[in-house]
This record gives sequence, C-alpha cells and structure tokens, in this order.
Amino acid sequence: MAVSAGARAREGWLSLMVTGNHAAAWAVKVARVQVVAAYPITPQTTIVEKIAEFVEKGELKAEYIRVESEHSAMTACIGASAAGARTFTATAAHGLALMHECLWWAAGARLPIVMAVVNRAMGPGWNIWTDYCDTMAQRDLGWVQIYCADNQEVFDSIIQAYRLAEDPRVMLPVMVDLEAFILSHTYMPVHVPPQDEIDDWLPPLKPAWTLDPEEPITHGNLVFPAHYMEFRYLMQEAMENVKELLPKIGEDYKRRFGLTGLDFVETYRCEDADALLLTMGTMGVEARITVDRLRERGHRVGLARVRVFRPFPVEQIRGLAKGVEKVVVIDRHISYGAEGALAMETKWALYPLEEKPMMTSFIAGIGGRDVTYKDMETMALKALEWMEKGQPREGVWYGVRGLELA
Amino acid sequence: MSSREVSWAIRELPREEYLLPGHAACAGCGASLSLRLTLKALGKRTIVVVPACCTSIIQGPWPKTAVAVPLMNIMFEAAAVCAAGIAAGLKARGIEDITVIAWAGDGGTYDIGLQALSGAAERGDDILYICYNNEAYMNTGIQRSGATPYAAKTTTTPVLGKREHKKNMPMIMVAHGISYVATATPAYPLDLMRKVRKARDMEGTRYIEILSPCPPGWRFPADKTVEVGRLAVQTCAFPLWEALWEDGQQVIRLTGPSKLIAQVPELKLPVEPYLAMQGRFAGISPEDVRTFQAWIDAAWERLLKIAEF
Repeated sequence: MAVSAGARAREGWLSLMVTGNHAAAWAVKVARVQVVAAYPITPQTTIVEKIAEFVEKGELKAEYIRVESEHSAMTACIGASAAGARTFTATAAHGLALMHECLWWAAGARLPIVMAVVNRAMGPGWNIWTDYCDTMAQRDLGWVQIYCADNQEVFDSIIQAYRLAEDPRVMLPVMVDLEAFILSHTYMPVHVPPQDEIDDWLPPLKPAWTLDPEEPITHGNLVFPAHYMEFRYLMQEAMENVKELLPKIGEDYKRRFGLTGLDFVETYRCEDADALLLTMGTMGVEARITVDRLRERGHRVGLARVRVFRPFPVEQIRGLAKGVEKVVVIDRHISYGAEGALAMETKWALYPLEEKPMMTSFIAGIGGRDVTYKDMETMALKALEWMEKGQPREGVWYGVRGLELA
Repeated sequence: MSSREVSWAIRELPREEYLLPGHAACAGCGASLSLRLTLKALGKRTIVVVPACCTSIIQGPWPKTAVAVPLMNIMFEAAAVCAAGIAAGLKARGIEDITVIAWAGDGGTYDIGLQALSGAAERGDDILYICYNNEAYMNTGIQRSGATPYAAKTTTTPVLGKREHKKNMPMIMVAHGISYVATATPAYPLDLMRKVRKARDMEGTRYIEILSPCPPGWRFPADKTVEVGRLAVQTCAFPLWEALWEDGQQVIRLTGPSKLIAQVPELKLPVEPYLAMQGRFAGISPEDVRTFQAWIDAAWERLLKIAEF
C-alpha cells in the first residue's frame, strides 16, 4: 500500500493523481526504457498513448515502434532486448493470448522484457472488464508474474521489475498485472521519486548476452533432446533465484524510497489467526474490511494477498497455513474443468503439512462482476460454516444468478 | 544509378566467408548458395534473423553453428518485426553501422509472415528483408505455399498439382513503396551480390526475393541448381529487376538477362524446358503447360509496361 502523500512531499519528488495506466507509463519513463513496442487494446491503450506522448515531447528518449499486432509487439521487444536495449510493451486479454508463442520465446531466450498486462476477461462475448483468466492462462511459460493492488504499486512494481529481470541470476521477463478499470482507469495518488535517484537505483541494462558482430553467436538454433532439458532446467533455477532476490529487491526499494517494495505475500492480522483468507489484487486490499468485520463477529481470520504468482510463493503460504484450521480462497479465475489457479496452487503448498487445514475455494468476479467486502464476508462466513461441519467445498461459484450458497 | 552501386568482377569478390563449410544443407541447395553470396556481399557488420525455415537446419544444431555473423532465430511469422526490433534496439544504443537482415523462406514471407512484413514495410523499419524463395514448405517436407507455382506437385498437392498461381510477392512489396525491392537468383551471382550490397547501403525497408532452386523439392539432380535458376530467368518465369526511388518517383528497372530479353524478345525461352527439368512438373498436361505459359506471358507483358530496360 502506498504511503501517505505528506510523507512524500520531498524535494524533487512528483506527486501525481493518475490512473493505473498512467502510473505504468510514468514508471516506463523514469526507468528510461529504450524501446517501446505498442499496439492498442482496451483497457491497456492509455498506457502506450501516454508513453507516445512522453516520446514525442522528447521527455523519454526511446524508439517507439507502432506495430501491427500484439504478436509483433512482443517480437519487437524480443529483438530489441536481444540487441541490448531495455524494452517495454503492454497488453490485455486477447492481445496477451495472441502473444502466447512470443511469451515462450522471450522467456526461453532469457530476455529481461517487462510488460504491463491490464487483466481483462476473454471473449466471447466481448468483455472489457477484469478477471485473471488472461494472465493465468500464461503462467507456465517462464514469466515472473506480479499482481498489483493500487496505482502506486503499479509504478513501483514496474521499476523493480526491471531490476529483477535484468539481474544476471534471473534474466527472465516480468509481467506486471493490474486490473481493468478498477486500477487501469481509476485515479489515485502516485509518488514519483526524482529521476537521478531512480537512475542510481536502476542503472542501465547490462545484458547477459547480445547480438554483437565482434563476438558473433547463433541464438536459438536446433537443440537436441540431449541438451534441451538443461536449458529448461536453467529457467527453473532462475525462478528459484527470483524467490530469493525478489524480497531483497523489494526491501532495498522500500528502504531507498519509502514506497511499496516487492514481496510475495502481504498479510493482515494473521498473527493469531486460526482461519486464513487468501486472494489477490484489489480484492486482497478490500478484504481487510472483511477481516475486520469477521473479527468483530468473533472469527479469528487473517488475510493473505498473494502478490506474485510466478514463482508461486509456496513456502510463504505453507508457513502462513501452518497451525491454521481453515483456509478460504477467492479466485478471480477459473480453469474450466478444475477450479481457480490460486486455490489449486495453494493446495500444492498445503500438501506437505502434517496437519493440513481444511480449504474451501470460490470463483468470483469473473468478467468484471463486482466483488465487495460484503461479498467476501458472505463467502467467508459460508466457508467457515461448511468447514465447521467438516464439509469443505471446492470451486464454488459465487454470485451466479440462480445458484444459491446452500 | 546510385553512386554507391558496385559492380564486381568475380576475381574482386570478397574473400571472407560467413557461411562456413559443414553447414547442414542438402546437396545442391540453392538457399545455402544464396545465403553464402548474400553474407559475402553484406560483410561482417551484419545481424541475421531467421524464422522457422530451411535455414533453421542449414545453420547447424547447437552447440555449433555454420554462420559467422550474429544470428537470432525467431518464430515462423515474426522475422520482419524481430529484425525491426533489433534495428530499434541498436539505434537506441547509438549503434548505426550494422545491417539487420531478416532471412526467411517463402512460407515465412508469402504466408504466415506477411502481416509482420507488411507492418514493417509500412513503417519503413530500417531492415533488409530477404525471402529466399524455394517455392514450397521445403523444411517440413515440400508442402504447397503461396509461392508454389501452378501445376507443381507437392506433398499437399500430390496428385493434381497446385491449382492456383503463385502470388506476386515482390510487386506486393513494390506497392508498399519501400526504399528498394529486387529479385535475384544465385544462378546469376554477381547480379545477386550487387543488389544485396546496394540494399545494404540504403536506409528504410528493403526487400530482395531470391529464387533458390531446391533439388529435393523441385526434383532435379543436385548439380543442376544453377541451370534451373538460369532457365527460370530465361523463360521469364522469374524475371530479374529492381525497384527504387529516383527524384521522387518509384522506378522499376530490369536487370541482367531479363533486361536483355526485354530488348531482344527472341531470347525469351518457352517454359517447357524449365518444367521438363523438374520432377515436380512430371506428367503435366499440355493444357496446364499452356496455362503456365499464358500466366508467364501476361506477367511479363505487365512488367514490360511498367519497367525500364
């Protein structure tokens, strides 16, 4: 969560009142991104529009490629990154789906591309509002995934994403995710540190490999089964390194700027909790009210907002669940034929525990349907009631017309 | 004529080789010959982007390579924009003396890669895009592409042969109004190298189409690659020309043997000997030969109306 505006009234700082999308554009500007590839898609478009304005006004010195598709947007970033430049693009939903093949290539090529994704539901029917079905479908590719809960976090995550992606122990692309309209088009205060301080904290990219005629390499040629697996193992190893580096980068950023440092899980009133509510993004902030209200009613519930989905914070969630009797997960995602991704992967985290808590999971807010603290309270109370009877449930759809929570 | 234009004699050709011996091309491969000549003409300060195509194999498997300039492999449909991204990245870093080329087959150009290529051309991205056209998906086993000629048998047109004519990709690029468009074939190596060098020294999007005869795909003996390529030009099935901008006008100019044929029309050979050399046209009906000839004649007449010679 962002610190108060007063605390940031320091010399050289900018205090902006901007949308999540413009917060992303400001982060790109102060991160001195060198190549931006842009293709419009609602509700991402105002990110690349704002960057175009920065570039055309000369406020950001960057090559800006107005590509003809998202497939080309990501490929242009792949090329520019391979040429040693810091790169950025942004997309949503169908644009992200069209990029799917390129996302594999970016990760496999070990290129530190940073992309903002405005989470939007997939068609048909056309729906421009939020859920996580677009990014969750891309979670197996080797991209780090960070999910934001306010506009300051969008700004902060993008700055830190470059530091993380460009670390020689990582060299993986990073997706910074923000919810359609709830963040993308909602104005909030965002504090921007002075450029020279950002420059000091985020030095220019030193690529781990690049295309250089003086030291020619062939990148990405045929790899036989005798070696392919080793390349893939190295990606997994890099993800393990992210587990170690991400909180350190977050602490360093927080110490330096007093802003939101990256971390895997944000907790609220978990210390004495015997039940745990897990969710993500903006729901993970609004749920604080839910937890307060549940506690007023005598339920010792704590809240965990999962901020990073890849690598999945399996140790953190396992640690939080230890000694807890009941877990409630609310997903803004559905894997058809299964349940939500957060629920499924939380179960993976819980499995090794000797004393496993019961767990009930919900699917909510699909296609931008509002999920308020009251909705989450209803879900949590039902879940606690079911589990009290020893009857946990999986993948319960919340708020569907004609479906009652019996 | 551009002042930068070079005209090599064979003894003056660059000695440096950037396609090294030991590459994995088939015997008699026109594409590998095209790549060797192209890289010779371009020189060391070159970066090559290769989408899925025969050159994915020709370059050799990891951890080795047969290409002595930086080479980036990329997805099938993405060569043009990957090259554009590299060019933008280099420019952002202040590096301006490197030529970035996309080296794609006809499938990656005419079919799956057309969108990205058209986008790059419309933007005028600073790349040299080379389509080495072997007239089918050869790397996957000779399937029909948008560049496969009429009546050619492929593994997806195995009995009847292709029922459609190829599209005129070089003219599609001319219609984009880019800096330079040319056709070439390794059967006329000096013409090919002159065009590559000329394109290298220009800015903006440049496109060269190199007809690269393919012994296994076209089914002719591996020692006939140059002969087949020459016949393609001499029959006007594949005329040699270039299109460039002079004094604000886009000019199309025939080159080499095609220029000569335009001046001396009797030199134009009928299509039969060209078809007869290639097993992919085996058993072609007289009617299909006439259709093929009529298509060549119409395209050639159209070219003569708009080209200088």
